[in-house]
Amino acid sequence: MSSLSEAAPAAGAHHPALRHHFDSLATQKESSLLGMWVFIAQEILFFGGMLTCYAVYRNVYYDAFAAGSHHLDVPLGTVNTAVLICSSLTMALGVHAAALGKRKATVLFLLLTILLGSVFLGIKVVEYADKFHHHLVPGPTYSVESLRDAKGQPLLEDSDIARHSEIFFALYFGLTGLHALHMIIGIPIIAFMAWSAWRGRFGPAYYTPVEITGLYWHFVDIVWIFLFPLLYLIPHHG
Amino acid sequence: MAEPAAHPEAHAEPHDHIVPVGTYILVFLALMVGTGGTVAASYLDLGIWNTPVAMLIAVTKASLVVFFFMHLKYSPKLYWVWVGAAIFFLAQLILGVGADLLAHLFLNLGNPGT
Repeated sequence: MSSLSEAAPAAGAHHPALRHHFDSLATQKESSLLGMWVFIAQEILFFGGMLTCYAVYRNVYYDAFAAGSHHLDVPLGTVNTAVLICSSLTMALGVHAAALGKRKATVLFLLLTILLGSVFLGIKVVEYADKFHHHLVPGPTYSVESLRDAKGQPLLEDSDIARHSEIFFALYFGLTGLHALHMIIGIPIIAFMAWSAWRGRFGPAYYTPVEITGLYWHFVDIVWIFLFPLLYLIPHHG
Repeated sequence: MAEPAAHPEAHAEPHDHIVPVGTYILVFLALMVGTGGTVAASYLDLGIWNTPVAMLIAVTKASLVVFFFMHLKYSPKLYWVWVGAAIFFLAQLILGVGADLLAHLFLNLGNPGT
């Protein structure tokens, strides 16, 4: 009798997280992760489409894009890239802790990830505020008075390069805005995972939600890995 | 870290590949070096090679994240197929649009921007 009751949980068949239509937790996990990878495949094409649009305009209006890019704050962008990579590390360590059943470490690393993600968004707010201040937000109030060309000369209002620089900032806000939106969606999800972990919902046999959240967060990091050099680091030459 | 002894019901529990913390730290350091390298390279005059170099570093960094942080290296090949399919179709888009752009610029079909 006692051997039976001990054997049953070991089979995983009675794990509370196991849904009845799956044979085992392993099968269930593989299906869940596959679903997330399919979603990520869609996200690659979603951001890829916008980046292709960016690549075309950048090649056609190179000088205008270089002028716009040079107004962006490279030190702030670099710091933000480092902050996001740190948040990816803490997320990976959080998933690692969850896989080993370390409850407090899981919660700690997930909270650190939220903190670093918030720092990134805070720096983004500072950068956006600067663009508003300098009238670099596309629209009726757009002005090129703070932009300089490759020779350090101000851009002439109503010139081609001035009009085309507005396209750069439209794509800048579109790309970084969608990226920031992904982070704004991700942070509450990580918070929910931290809360669930704190309540002891996860263990070595079942931590799939934490791992899926990690996949999402790492993908958002990858998007920034491409956005940073493409938007901030356009050389004047070349 | 030894694998548990084979048991008839052991396969019912997921046996995840646990990546050592040291691997995560190494990947993290490589990503930081890559970030510094990207910024440094952007200040060099590499002619037409500035953007390809920046993209090569970005693709390398992204691969490190995908294979190690996202565990794709240790995951079923079915997941690789999905990532590969997305990259394949994105390549179709970029190559198709790129070919059209080059045709306009070099075959005197008119500047696509006007």
